[in-house]
Amino acid sequence: MNVFAYDNTFEGLLTLVFESYQRKHFPDEILSGEGSQPVLFASTNTIETDERKAERVWNGIVKHSSEENAHRIYRVFLADMPDTPMLVLKYIRLIIDSNKNEETNFSEPVVVEFNKLHQKVCKEAHRINGFVRFQKTVEGSYYASFAPIYDVLPLCIPHFRDRFADQQWIIYDLKRNYGFWYDLKNVSRVVFDDLKVNPQNGQLHSSLLADDEKLFQQLWRQYYHSICIQERKNDKVHRQLLPQRFWKYLPEKGFLSL
Amino acid sequence: MISETSLEKLEILAGAAKYDVSCASSGTQRSNTKGGIGNASAWGICHSFAEDGRCISLLKIMLSNFCIYDCAYCINRKSNDIPRTSFTPEEIANLTIEFYRRNYIEGLFLSSGVLRNPDYTMERMVTVAKLLRTEHKYNGYIHLKAIPGASEQLIADAGRWADRLSVNIEIPTENNLKILAPDKDFKSVLEPMKIISNNITESKEERKKHRGAPLFSPSGQSTQLIIGATNDTDHTILKLSSALYSKRDLKRVYYSGYIPVNSYDSRLPALNTPPLRREHRLYQADWLLRFYGFKANEIVNAENPNLDLELDPKVTWALRNPHLFPVDINKADPLMLLRIPGIGTHSVQLILLARKHTRLNSSHLQKMGVLMKRARFFITCNELRSQNVQELKPEIVRQLLLEKKAIGTDGAVQLKLFNPVMLALR
Repeated sequence: MNVFAYDNTFEGLLTLVFESYQRKHFPDEILSGEGSQPVLFASTNTIETDERKAERVWNGIVKHSSEENAHRIYRVFLADMPDTPMLVLKYIRLIIDSNKNEETNFSEPVVVEFNKLHQKVCKEAHRINGFVRFQKTVEGSYYASFAPIYDVLPLCIPHFRDRFADQQWIIYDLKRNYGFWYDLKNVSRVVFDDLKVNPQNGQLHSSLLADDEKLFQQLWRQYYHSICIQERKNDKVHRQLLPQRFWKYLPEKGFLSL
Repeated sequence: MISETSLEKLEILAGAAKYDVSCASSGTQRSNTKGGIGNASAWGICHSFAEDGRCISLLKIMLSNFCIYDCAYCINRKSNDIPRTSFTPEEIANLTIEFYRRNYIEGLFLSSGVLRNPDYTMERMVTVAKLLRTEHKYNGYIHLKAIPGASEQLIADAGRWADRLSVNIEIPTENNLKILAPDKDFKSVLEPMKIISNNITESKEERKKHRGAPLFSPSGQSTQLIIGATNDTDHTILKLSSALYSKRDLKRVYYSGYIPVNSYDSRLPALNTPPLRREHRLYQADWLLRFYGFKANEIVNAENPNLDLELDPKVTWALRNPHLFPVDINKADPLMLLRIPGIGTHSVQLILLARKHTRLNSSHLQKMGVLMKRARFFITCNELRSQNVQELKPEIVRQLLLEKKAIGTDGAVQLKLFNPVMLALR
């Protein structure tokens, strides 16, 4: 059995693709980062991330398909699921091995699977854009945290950066323990070791909140309940559109954890 | 300025605004300005969903629920004995900004009962929009209601600050409107629509000449029709919508199933539940008008004045026109593909791209998201073992589509023995 390991970065995965082609054999299994279990009785090839090799694969994808397709591959990579690297590898091989542009060949199962996952990642990013709830802190900056199923934070940052350009903010992924901090000039990646946040609902410790923060959460909750038409209650649709996994981070849901 | 007392006002004035169904925040793409807050996203973002399943993207609120009019269908009519209150323009602007900064909302949708007179009311609403754009440097979404009877100048002002303006027609025919809303007539509603429409066209022309020309309601205008408060047919309603889309260039017509808020008024029908199914079918028909190239009289006409509540309007149309089917998935032009039941705009795009690579079969279609249990009666493609609408006759297909449980997912018709449809097939 042929096992490749890489460092869980996008460049690392592209390097892995490059190495596979160079060695003329492809992995049966891909291990990513530290989290994965080593496979018994198999020798593991550890891939050393190399930006030049990664760039050559990126350019190859662009040449055989389109620039948008290369970006699509990056977004699918962010799905961050155990079998994502293998799907990405299969998809890139299909693209590179063909003389035609295969990205629109929806009769090919890999293309369909890839695009379905792409759609899910984009949907999660879109939801995060809507469901993020900032809390105003004593210093006047804004903090939000949540736990998206896919690693979509990098996709959301440009939107928040443009929209909330005149306020300092932090958006933190509690599941992956990292976030982004905007200081009115730049956005940088941050990791906190001693975050004063309740992991159950993403709420900052009350001593860190601005005086009127609770009032606005209360006003929002009031609004949320007043705007609902009781005669039209539709629990099924409600839960489809606002999945329960988000409720615990939402003031209008009373941070209900289930 | 915003305090504990605002809670009660918010309860009253959001509750008063909730019957307006529009909540779109899409249609404008605008970046933030330097030192400002907010932008507008072309696709629109839903920030929450109420327990009735409706999207919450805007702070939908009334400036005041005092009103000098007495429209039978409206909760805020002057003869109703309900708690009344008003926000000041400053309060609304502050609340919008505070909600916006916390990412609760995509913007503001401001409406109002008519205070003193239409101009006075419209002026206060314009003040809110102006405060947000100038004092708060706010670049997010704003939707303002144009008050029927407000002066042309005030409506023009509103369009300068807002992304979208709307005037609600509410009642689809003039006669019924006069019965239910004695203070209004069609002219008072259609006139502001015309002013808005003219201003939008003018602004678009100006901007072709020089890019710095001011925008006017860049996200267009919309309106709302109440469904089921009068005896107007779906034919009447869809003809009106169709005319509004083509002649007044409306972005959206919303349909709001009538909720008996004033059940004591004998001019209105007694309904136990709002006509949600009919409302849903009207939205489907509206989609056919806007995205699928259908004409109103193809969907409903003098012989069939109302939509079939049991089947969606595209299926109903297809069953009335079996001679156009089956359609060859691998050859048909896009407009015909769009007319196949079970195939949506997204599937059409995928089919057009994929059929360049290979001849498509039914399993391809299924994987692409085509609803095969519906589509299979209306198509031919590679490897499809199913009888089509011509072979089976429309009445039978109708029965089959209604009996969802009797239809297998593998494309084969699995009917229970002794089923009347089964007998008819023999």
